[in-house]
Amino acid sequence: MSDTTARPGEPKRRAWYEKDAKLSRRHAADKRLRAYGIAAIVFALGMLATLVGTILITAAPAVTQTMVTLDVVVPEGAVDPSDPRGGSYQKILNESIARIFPEVDTPREKRELRQLFSNGGQYALRDKVVSDPSLIGQAFAITFPLSDIGDQLHKGVIDRDLPRDQRRVSDEQIGWYDRLVEQGRISAPLNWGMIFNADSRFPELAGLWGALVGSFYALLICFLVSFPVGISAAVYLEEFAPKNRLTDLIEVNINNLAAVPSIVFGLLGLAVFLNFFGMPRSAPIVGGLVLSLMTLPTIIIATRAALKAVPPSIREAAIGVGASKMQTVGHHVLPLAMPGILTGTIIGLAQALGETAPLLLIGMNAFITAAPDSMFNPSTALPTQIYIWADSPERGFTSRTSAAIIVLLGFLVCMNAIAIYMRKRFERRW
Amino acid sequence: MSLSLLFAIILALAMVGYLLGRANASGLKTAGKNLHSIPAYHGYYIALWCGLPAFLLVLVWLAAQSTVVDQLLLAGLPSHMTEGATPARISLVLGEIKNVAAGRVFGTPTQAVLDAAARYQSLKDTASLALIACTLAAAVGGLAFARSRLSPDFRARNKVDGILRWLLIVCSILAILTTIGIILSLVIESLVFFARVPVTEFLFGMNWSPQTPIRADQVASTGAFGAVPVFWGTIFISAIAMFVAIPVGLFSAIYLVEYADKKVRSVVKPLLEILAGIPTIVYGFFAVLTVAPFIREFGMSLGLDVASNSALAAGGVMGIMIIPFISSFSDDAITAVPQSMRDGAYALGATKAETIRQVLLPAALPGIVGGVLLAVSRAIGETMIVVMAAGLTATLTANPLEGVTTVTVQIVTLLIGDTEFDSPKTLAAFGLGLVLFISTLVLNIAALQVVKRYRERYE
Amino acid sequence: MTTLDTTEASGMIMNKTAEDAGTLAKAATSARAGNETKIAATNVSVFYGEKQALFDVSIDIPARQVMAFIGPSGCGKSTFLRCINRMNDTIDICSVTGTIEIDGANIYDPKIDPVLLRARVGMVFQKPNPFPKSIYDNIAYGPRIHGVAKNGSAMDQIVETSLSRAGLWNEVKDRLHEPGTGLSGGQQQRLCIARAIAVNPDVILMDEPCSALDPIATAKVEELIDELREQYTIVIVTHSMQQAARVSQKAAFFHLGKLIEVDETEKMFTNPTDQRTQDYITGRFG
Repeated sequence: MSDTTARPGEPKRRAWYEKDAKLSRRHAADKRLRAYGIAAIVFALGMLATLVGTILITAAPAVTQTMVTLDVVVPEGAVDPSDPRGGSYQKILNESIARIFPEVDTPREKRELRQLFSNGGQYALRDKVVSDPSLIGQAFAITFPLSDIGDQLHKGVIDRDLPRDQRRVSDEQIGWYDRLVEQGRISAPLNWGMIFNADSRFPELAGLWGALVGSFYALLICFLVSFPVGISAAVYLEEFAPKNRLTDLIEVNINNLAAVPSIVFGLLGLAVFLNFFGMPRSAPIVGGLVLSLMTLPTIIIATRAALKAVPPSIREAAIGVGASKMQTVGHHVLPLAMPGILTGTIIGLAQALGETAPLLLIGMNAFITAAPDSMFNPSTALPTQIYIWADSPERGFTSRTSAAIIVLLGFLVCMNAIAIYMRKRFERRW
Repeated sequence: MSLSLLFAIILALAMVGYLLGRANASGLKTAGKNLHSIPAYHGYYIALWCGLPAFLLVLVWLAAQSTVVDQLLLAGLPSHMTEGATPARISLVLGEIKNVAAGRVFGTPTQAVLDAAARYQSLKDTASLALIACTLAAAVGGLAFARSRLSPDFRARNKVDGILRWLLIVCSILAILTTIGIILSLVIESLVFFARVPVTEFLFGMNWSPQTPIRADQVASTGAFGAVPVFWGTIFISAIAMFVAIPVGLFSAIYLVEYADKKVRSVVKPLLEILAGIPTIVYGFFAVLTVAPFIREFGMSLGLDVASNSALAAGGVMGIMIIPFISSFSDDAITAVPQSMRDGAYALGATKAETIRQVLLPAALPGIVGGVLLAVSRAIGETMIVVMAAGLTATLTANPLEGVTTVTVQIVTLLIGDTEFDSPKTLAAFGLGLVLFISTLVLNIAALQVVKRYRERYE
Repeated sequence: MTTLDTTEASGMIMNKTAEDAGTLAKAATSARAGNETKIAATNVSVFYGEKQALFDVSIDIPARQVMAFIGPSGCGKSTFLRCINRMNDTIDICSVTGTIEIDGANIYDPKIDPVLLRARVGMVFQKPNPFPKSIYDNIAYGPRIHGVAKNGSAMDQIVETSLSRAGLWNEVKDRLHEPGTGLSGGQQQRLCIARAIAVNPDVILMDEPCSALDPIATAKVEELIDELREQYTIVIVTHSMQQAARVSQKAAFFHLGKLIEVDETEKMFTNPTDQRTQDYITGRFG
């Protein structure tokens, strides 16, 4: 630029590479945008970490369950050996508790003492005696959960130093609990009951088994319906359908269905399956049908993408050796597309597993204390069980809710991991 | 006999049909006849004829059985129990009869109920026996029919292809049926609702309190069904959610596409997508457990009065849920802008930020807008977060620290634990559902159009 | 500073237009042509990750001439071109060694800002890439980000001058606010040239600017290049030997990442020194 800078009458021009204030402003704007980006990511990931972190922390107390071991004597006359279910086991337990705390005699104290032990103790004792009637007349030890407050005392959730009116246990209860600890009666094994018990009003007895079975049935139905129907629909639309109004309509339809709010599917299930067809309320079969309608678009879209990825040369080769269109699809195109279809299906099922709202509307949030025998019986599902527990006031349910969420997330992680593995393992580049 | 056993028998019969058809056709072939189709196709043909009609019969039967049985049961009840009774009363009676029949006896049922229960049991038994008989007859009949058509010239392959093709068509039509089912169920129930509560009151009324106790003699007139506060709550919470999600999602997409190196991108992108995979019930619990108390305490420390179910908590958590939507749509849209646009801007001496703001974002805007529209549709249809974290009372407020309620919350609360289809509060849920369906439908169609047009532009 | 720069920049463009009109100035510039070295590259090597794409290229590019880079595909001519305005910086795995000096300043010096460099060294790409904006905004984009125009009318002036210099003004003056993507391919490419001119560069790099155009549009662009060399130093990468012969004064032949030969275009096409150049030009390979 020597000719321009040398032009007379103009101030001396700086060299082209010299930076000025305007340029640093432009670079500052650039750095700012970058910082916004980093801040946004940090915020999003921070929230993810907070979410997972709080769930993990609140779930931690539910990993173990505080149990108490009592020495019980089942007197000969208290239980009829021909009908061991009929005994008054609460009384037997109360007697063995009274042997440990002989000084407790006022009704108020007795009630407070009983509050320390789970209501499930009598059933544990009953089941033990029922399975082995020879125990009648014997003395033996039985282990069963402490109640919610006992559990929290053990885990230190309740602050003993708080004044009495701010904590949920009385001084006496703390004393009794400490005596149980001294006598070595308290233990805290892994909380298998949380998985293998059905629901209960008492947090220390409540478990996920009913919900797991319910979710299993619902997902099974969802898979049995949406997988074959979804693949068929996708195969028709991708391989056979003529380009006309009807197929256009079906396409627009499927894309829209994929974005319809899940609760609308719940309304559909309520009005059509429950009200019109009179199917049983709260049953996994209805839940499964509703979920399958929701999963259908996902599977159709994934299948069509997988079919599209199979190159036309394969079809031409099959047709060229005299296969019919149907044989071409059945023998060549579908098998090649199967990994993609399965991946999409697993992801669809994972979404269905976490879906709550439509199940609430068809009543899968009922309080049911036994796992369903069949898919026609009332049941809960994993996410609705979480909803029920999250709504329960007892402190013990907070940690169980978080633990149930971890179980749910665990299933989702596994399903997605399988999907990712399959995509990586079977991915084919043409 | 359980259903699965019935299905197993149908399947077994179909297998028998297949083997029979194949064996017969092979026999013809060995006898020197020239077959049109290979023996296996004759087998498939018989199997389809054997299995399909029987299977469809079971489905139709099951769908109709309970209604038919109920009608038969009602017809047989003494007239004093049915005449003039409301549908609610009748369903109560039916429920009692079924409970008694299943052995769940509460109190002392009347003799009429006991008789009806016995009759119900026998009707059910007859029905299932009839089902088995009819199904087996259909399966065997289909088998025999198909078997009779088997001949050397028979075009089994074409027939089988034809049947399969029809099956495929039926499956694709199911998608339309679902939509029709949604529309019909929403519209029919809503019409019943609007017959009792005027549409104008529902759409423009300012007072919403459907839970007011309704006296038996005044079914429709009490309870207020002006849904404006509910609509407002939905819009308000969605707006808060978008207020969180749009900047965070957009800025993270910009960073990931234009600034981050490959390594960072390959780690952060899947992590962000995890946010989309977390079930909404988990977000709801997170809102109740962590976010709402935090906002409440923070507000209190500033001397503000914060409701425990503030719109801010519900909307904020919903925003977090929506971040990955916005970010992945924006990511796709920005990535889809051709590299030549970036080259053009850089070659003019534009900085990265200038390229992004003035070239890439305008070019990617339609894609981003499509994503935002879908996200809004997602936000207004989102249920669990608001059910757990938003309020139940409908208030018209612009204060994010107060509680508001939403369409989805109202649908859930109106329908939980109550399935009587004639009380206006149940029907109101369907009215709300119709509004929700229409508004999300409009948003979805608009979004899909915008995205589609955008794709065409760069393809 | 800003005001100073602005007046100077817009003044310069008009100055150039004025020069354009005067034959005297024209004569002066052509007299200088060939004497002054605008770009001096020394031992430039380029690596894509582990792979070396360019080997020790040293070349002097004269001011106010058209220099053509020729050679078979993948020979490194585009790679080298992209080094001159540091476009290779935008590719993560790409690294450049050696020095390239423009007017005596090494552009790979850490204190050089590529943003300023690219304002001095414009670039036109193989495929026309107008921004999805109006014709006016396409031209105004560069001046706007560099803060060149003081006000609206100054910007109008820059847009008109740039479009005129690119020979596009008469074709588009009535539809300045229609999208640039609506123009024909040849018009789009001239729009991109006008866009590059608008930031008032010294050097214009052209990466096969006509390869996506039909013959008539190509002829127009070549004509334009010939006019532009009076004001700008132009480096053009081309596949077509005929084009190189038509538009360039000097030519450089690249082969397998190495610079084989640099000479007057006429000499290279009639009497190349290197056997490989001879083979390429006579069509034995490439």
